Amino acid sequence: MTAVTAGRSTRGIVDLVFRARELSIVAALAVLVAVTAAANGNFLSAQGLKDIFLNASILALLAVGQSFVVITRNIDLSVGSVVGLVAFTVGDVLAANRGLGVGVAIVLGIVIGCVCGLVNGLLVSFGKVPALVVTLGTLYVIQGLDHAIAHGRQINAVDLPRSVLSLGNGSVLGIPYLPLITGVVMLAVGYYLRSYASGRDFYAIGSSPEAAGLAGVPVRRRVMAAYLLSGALAGLGGVLWLARFGTVVADDAHGWELQVVSAVVVGGVAITGGVGTVYGAALGALLLTTITSALVVLKVNPFWQQAITGALLLLAISVDRVLALRVARILRRRNARHGS
Amino acid sequence: MTGAAEATAPHGPGTGDAPPVLALAGVSKSFGAVRALRDVSLELHAGEAHALAGENGAGKSTLVKTLSGVHRPDSGQVLMDGRPVEFHKPADAQRHGVAVIYQEPTMFPDLSVVENIFIGRQPRASLGRIDRAAMHARAAELFTRLGVALDPEQPARGLSIADQQLVEIAKALSRDARVLIMDEPTAALSGNEVARLFTVVRALREQGCAVLFISHRLDEIFELCQRVTTLRDGAWIASEPVAGLTHEALIRRMVGRDLDALYPKLDAATGEVALKVDRLTREGVFTDVSFEVRRGEIVALAGLVGAGRSEVARAVFGVDRWDAGWVEVNGRRLPPASPTAAMSAGVALVPEDRRQQGLVMDQSIERNIGLTGLKGLRRGPVISRAAERDRARDWAIRLQLKFNRLSDAVNVLSGGNQQKVVLAKWLSTRPQVLIIDEPTRGIDVGTKAEVHRVLSELASDGMAVLMISSDLPEVLGMADRVLVMHEGRLVAEIPRAEATEESVMTAAAGRTS
Repeated sequence: MTAVTAGRSTRGIVDLVFRARELSIVAALAVLVAVTAAANGNFLSAQGLKDIFLNASILALLAVGQSFVVITRNIDLSVGSVVGLVAFTVGDVLAANRGLGVGVAIVLGIVIGCVCGLVNGLLVSFGKVPALVVTLGTLYVIQGLDHAIAHGRQINAVDLPRSVLSLGNGSVLGIPYLPLITGVVMLAVGYYLRSYASGRDFYAIGSSPEAAGLAGVPVRRRVMAAYLLSGALAGLGGVLWLARFGTVVADDAHGWELQVVSAVVVGGVAITGGVGTVYGAALGALLLTTITSALVVLKVNPFWQQAITGALLLLAISVDRVLALRVARILRRRNARHGS
Repeated sequence: MTGAAEATAPHGPGTGDAPPVLALAGVSKSFGAVRALRDVSLELHAGEAHALAGENGAGKSTLVKTLSGVHRPDSGQVLMDGRPVEFHKPADAQRHGVAVIYQEPTMFPDLSVVENIFIGRQPRASLGRIDRAAMHARAAELFTRLGVALDPEQPARGLSIADQQLVEIAKALSRDARVLIMDEPTAALSGNEVARLFTVVRALREQGCAVLFISHRLDEIFELCQRVTTLRDGAWIASEPVAGLTHEALIRRMVGRDLDALYPKLDAATGEVALKVDRLTREGVFTDVSFEVRRGEIVALAGLVGAGRSEVARAVFGVDRWDAGWVEVNGRRLPPASPTAAMSAGVALVPEDRRQQGLVMDQSIERNIGLTGLKGLRRGPVISRAAERDRARDWAIRLQLKFNRLSDAVNVLSGGNQQKVVLAKWLSTRPQVLIIDEPTRGIDVGTKAEVHRVLSELASDGMAVLMISSDLPEVLGMADRVLVMHEGRLVAEIPRAEATEESVMTAAAGRTS
């Protein structure tokens, strides 16, 4: 009987640690918003909030895809380049064929994203090349491709179909499309990861790739799927980028991969795989975006923004480490008591 | 079983008329030039526990991996119920009801116990979702059947190795496994954990499961199994009933010759105190541990896994910090948490987990041996390759290491030879105090005897040896004194003359005799 009670308290602690991450982000957000709003009332205006959610949408969407990959103990550094490539090429196609609508734009963007994801996935899962190297390579290749296609040109909002632009600026029932799309994707992916057997496989792979193979989990197929999803969501993100900003050059979204990875890690997805949720990752993206907006409102030099993002990242990782050690110690004590 | 007549027949009749549940017929498997299995046959029958015996490198692990679908045989067949089958991947074997418990439990540390059991085969509700309620109910049912009290929601990370193995067995049960293959499941367990495991395995066998059991502890083979198949150098030697077989006969089959004494303990004159540990405490791990080890003495630290023995060793060597107490080597106190200070005071620690803590697996033998004494290998500012090689050769010969070239990577060596490389690495520092954690875990009897001989010689040369071991015969055979730990405390000190299996186990289990 004692073992069962002890088990229950352990479960409580471990649960709390995982939930603590999402709760602490929400708490940090609340404090941040309260302080900023006290300094400048406009921060909490309907327009101010809408801006934050619009700004966070694309980052959060990419973070959802990225956490999928990171949970399998891999990484996708090419997402920023994919967003840039998709935004430009889809913009280019739409400008040349004014008759095409928003549906075609989305499908085209996702297809391009999937192709990029396929290349990453094949090299990582079947080529057995470390993910960091593969996606660093594709980051530059896709970027180069983007520049070659753009050739210094620029896509202008006036050349784009109205339906595409309204995706970026319109809303339904007062909720802008962008956060709506991100929200739906996040909930769908989150539900899948939690409630489907194949979804749990991703956690198993990240937790122990060797054990996953021995347990009959199709490791390569799942890793492949994670990259495909990350690519597809980056493609969708590219279309949303085009819709939101209208004016696009080849340099767009460069360097975003690191922001995405930061959001994922801040959101509690372990960089070593096996732990984390897409909700946390999306919250991480929201927190990073809110900090940027708050700094603007507080008239802090924008250069500080990067330093603060970096500090937050270090804080998140340290907190993870400390918590992991604490949990390990608690479990160790419990085992010492019930060792035999 | 029909008696001794079938002892040498590879396809001898089994326990009944039914064809064997799982069998290998004339299987060979090579890796490059290495012939891991040569024309090996094996029959596993329902309701029978079958032991697989052999030294390290005899082909046992390859055989297990052939049965479990990790390797495919180059020639020969795998048969289920008398019909040939082909396993292309582990999932194929699992579908046919073959469950394997590997030497190292294969857990997902981040997932809960129940998820570990059902990963990939979770019960489904509507729309293909996981039915968590059903999953928990089935886990509870499995634990009741196994008679263990595990919390299904607990993450696997905190489980002891014994509990992890029970989870693996629950996993096998949940698959309705017809064949249970256990590759050295007891290597990391202590006495009553082994007993609990055996109770579970016997129950499974009685329910009609075929069991293949691998262990280097011969007593366990005799206790648990009905038949035993012996391999040597990848070749089939014998399949025979365990009843009527003696330890010596089995060892002869495995080694191919008679073995000298397994515990060649030399009597050595004990000198002054070399290592003194006084009221050492690390909060939540061990408390108030005091003992001495004299020159020429082998002191065993016995106890259950998790009693805190390895942790004491790590703290003494300075890998972990201690919270109270002190450690003295040759009369001088060691600063806490400094392995460098411990090493220069003449302490060496041979860790328990060779792969993770003791060796750089993909570096050469000479590099590994040289690692501890790089200073002594320097000629000017650079490390002399010639000096490194000389030292490695010297120790390789003294420890009778089996190798092709000193430049070979350590991971091509067998487990026993790897252990010798770890020993050589530390002995080359010429320590005065040797702390050795599970010196012979997972190594075969032949190498075991050699490791024991080396330890005994070192002690008689005046080295103070502290040996942590879960292998009771080893503790009793090698130690001048036995210290017993229970739940982080030193609970008994038993001199050689009074040490028996019973006295040590009683103390280790925390009962006062």
